Amino acid sequence: MLNYILQRIAISIPTLFLVTVIVFSLQQLLPGDAAVALAGEEQDPEVIAFIRQKYHLDRPFPVQYYYWIRGVLTGDLGVSLRTQEPVTALIAAKLPVTLELAALAMLISLFIGIPAGIASAIRKGSGWDYAANFTALAGLSIPNFWLGILLILLVSVQLGWLPAAGYVSPLEDPIENLRHMIMPALVLGTGLAAAMMRHTRGAMLSIIRQDYVRTARAKGLRERVVVVTHMLRNALIPIITIAALQFGELIAGAVLTEQVFTIPGFGKLIVDAVFNRDYAVVQGVVLCTAAGYILVNLMADVGYFLANPKLRP
Amino acid sequence: MKANFFAAALAATIILVAGPVTAVELRIGMQEEPDALDPDQGGTYAGRVVFAALFEKLIDIDRNLNFVPQLARAWSWSSDKLALTLELRRGVKFHDGSPFNAAAVKFNIERSKTLPASRRKAEFSLITSVDIVDEWTARLNLSRPFAPLVATLADRAGMMVSPKAASAGDGAAFARSPVGTGPFRFIERIAQQRIVVGKFAPYWNPAAIKIDKVIYLMTPDAAVRLAILRSGGIDIMQRVAPTDLKQVRDDPKLRLLSTVGLGFSALSINVGHGARSNTPLGANAKVRRALELAIDRDIINKVVYDGGYLAGNQPVAPASPYYIKSLPIRGGDPRAARALLREAGFDRLPFKLMVANTTGDRQVAQVIQAMVKDAGFDVGLEALEETTAVNNWIAGNYDVFLFNWSGRADPDGNIFPFFSCKGHQNNGKYCDRKVERLLTKARAVGEHGARYRLYEQAAEIYMAALPHITLYHANWFWGVTRRLSGFTPYPDGIIRLGGVTLN
Repeated sequence: MLNYILQRIAISIPTLFLVTVIVFSLQQLLPGDAAVALAGEEQDPEVIAFIRQKYHLDRPFPVQYYYWIRGVLTGDLGVSLRTQEPVTALIAAKLPVTLELAALAMLISLFIGIPAGIASAIRKGSGWDYAANFTALAGLSIPNFWLGILLILLVSVQLGWLPAAGYVSPLEDPIENLRHMIMPALVLGTGLAAAMMRHTRGAMLSIIRQDYVRTARAKGLRERVVVVTHMLRNALIPIITIAALQFGELIAGAVLTEQVFTIPGFGKLIVDAVFNRDYAVVQGVVLCTAAGYILVNLMADVGYFLANPKLRP
Repeated sequence: MKANFFAAALAATIILVAGPVTAVELRIGMQEEPDALDPDQGGTYAGRVVFAALFEKLIDIDRNLNFVPQLARAWSWSSDKLALTLELRRGVKFHDGSPFNAAAVKFNIERSKTLPASRRKAEFSLITSVDIVDEWTARLNLSRPFAPLVATLADRAGMMVSPKAASAGDGAAFARSPVGTGPFRFIERIAQQRIVVGKFAPYWNPAAIKIDKVIYLMTPDAAVRLAILRSGGIDIMQRVAPTDLKQVRDDPKLRLLSTVGLGFSALSINVGHGARSNTPLGANAKVRRALELAIDRDIINKVVYDGGYLAGNQPVAPASPYYIKSLPIRGGDPRAARALLREAGFDRLPFKLMVANTTGDRQVAQVIQAMVKDAGFDVGLEALEETTAVNNWIAGNYDVFLFNWSGRADPDGNIFPFFSCKGHQNNGKYCDRKVERLLTKARAVGEHGARYRLYEQAAEIYMAALPHITLYHANWFWGVTRRLSGFTPYPDGIIRLGGVTLN
């Protein structure tokens, strides 16, 4: 297992390199001059020329890439062209926020989606099944930003139960942190729970008529043991896959939810950076996100091995 | 003994009943995030709002756009208008304890001119040197007379930074840890979340400051920002959308404050920049006047902005003492527009209207497209991401572009960049030598009456040529909690914290 993990880490290095080349190239295709975007309203030609020269924007793309990758290899991801803050500091500040939001949303997704999917599969065709499917469809169809704004109007403005937006670090005040994160986590998590429910239901339905399940019931095992130990354990592979994909997406940042609830996470950071042509921030965040995706997929693979020993290398 | 015990018990009771002294914290919801927190490097409007807490300027403006003392108690021009002498306020300290004096003024102006990343270089290009006359008097020497210099010193370029702090590292380090003489000092910045500033106890005018801490919260979405205000999450909301004004007015916990702004929104027509200027619209002033006649500014204001803005025809807002009252607002006459277009030799005329893909601008463009059709104009809309649109504008790759300018206190800041042959916002490359002479002369004249007449003469020419069709002036709207008092709206939209308090 350890060898497998080390091999995967070794393979991930050229993958990350390729990702940075692709993102760097795509940024060059963005219309508009980064120097003009950064120069402010006055469009002073001298300022524009200075920005181009200082950040090597007047150099060919391979030269610009060389300057950047040289910094990365020494741990320097550059500075935000807009605010002068080091990109590593920005990522260090935003990553915990994004991870917390992702973790909370995943918890909601798993704790709602999996039990709902199981119940829906076991009671297929019942009222419960229809209700769960309807709720899942609603969860998949309702746009996050619309649900978010509705929740703010109801819960914050009308009822005054929770703050409307913003973020408080858990190190500052854990209770206020949770109060600020409940609504965005719910908005994100319910959408994910809907997808999780559908996949869990599908995986369980494919297993429910298997011979070993009938055998387990015939042996007189309690229904809970049949469902959890025999059925769910075998349905875990697709569930782990979906969970890993969802978590990877969440690490990239839930842009609309962060925008609505003013959560200072990755999603907002990267969207603002693209619009401002803040190349260093875009590249740093994409590199970090790609590394996160690779790590999550590796964890998913390890999860497969734990769920199904037959898959172990 | 008994009396002492009684006195102590009474004092303790009073303290308990009165409660602890709580710090007054003001939360301001901002639409956009500032860039570098350095007046020399900053390029955003949001930056100017935060700078008002951290940095003071040599000169400020009042609500009527008159120039008033701030760090300079008084100022005077030499008889040849080539030197401006500033008498400085005494006893002012920077947040790091270093003194504000003439040496600090000299340092600041030279920094603005020489810091590689400075965006203020053009504003001080005519200053040749700064003399320290004595500890409290500085003299700025110019290569030629420049009346707008006073206005320049009333904006970012006139903000004083601590020489000690600014010399310590490079510009990037200072921008992350700014030091000024303002009533508040920098505490922290968390990108895309908040900027926190705290009361500066040794501030020279402590009686004016009744707030202990100000938190600028980044809340870009207008609907969410309003929801946060309504739920009590912020105390002041910047930039209430015109379509939300009624909600604020109807909420018993809130008040709506407003003032006419200094800026304007206009159609820039490509009259001389590259191949795309070779169009009937670009080449023929009569066609441009027909376009103006076809546009009803009041309808745009009503439909898009719920009547919340102010229709306008010139780059200077009515709040300015240089607003030319003699120039009528033409428009809203499609019949006359059609006749004029036919007189120019066209029955129908197509052109592309480029616009930044923001809600308000796109809607304005759609209204214009619909309303000029009857006059014979067939408008194709080109909605582009903002940076791309601005790049196209700068490159001359457009027919007509709808743009917005935040406005400056001095008319030169609203006119020269757009109508001077050398103006670097003059992307349509309009150039009239007589206008150039008049605008250049107006820069050298200080007296209001003479300057007004020069601007009036220039306006008669460029308003006939119409390289720009000004549409409206955006008003500033703030939503505030009823607990707030002492807030005074200013035409530049900057939130000045003197006298502001929460009850």
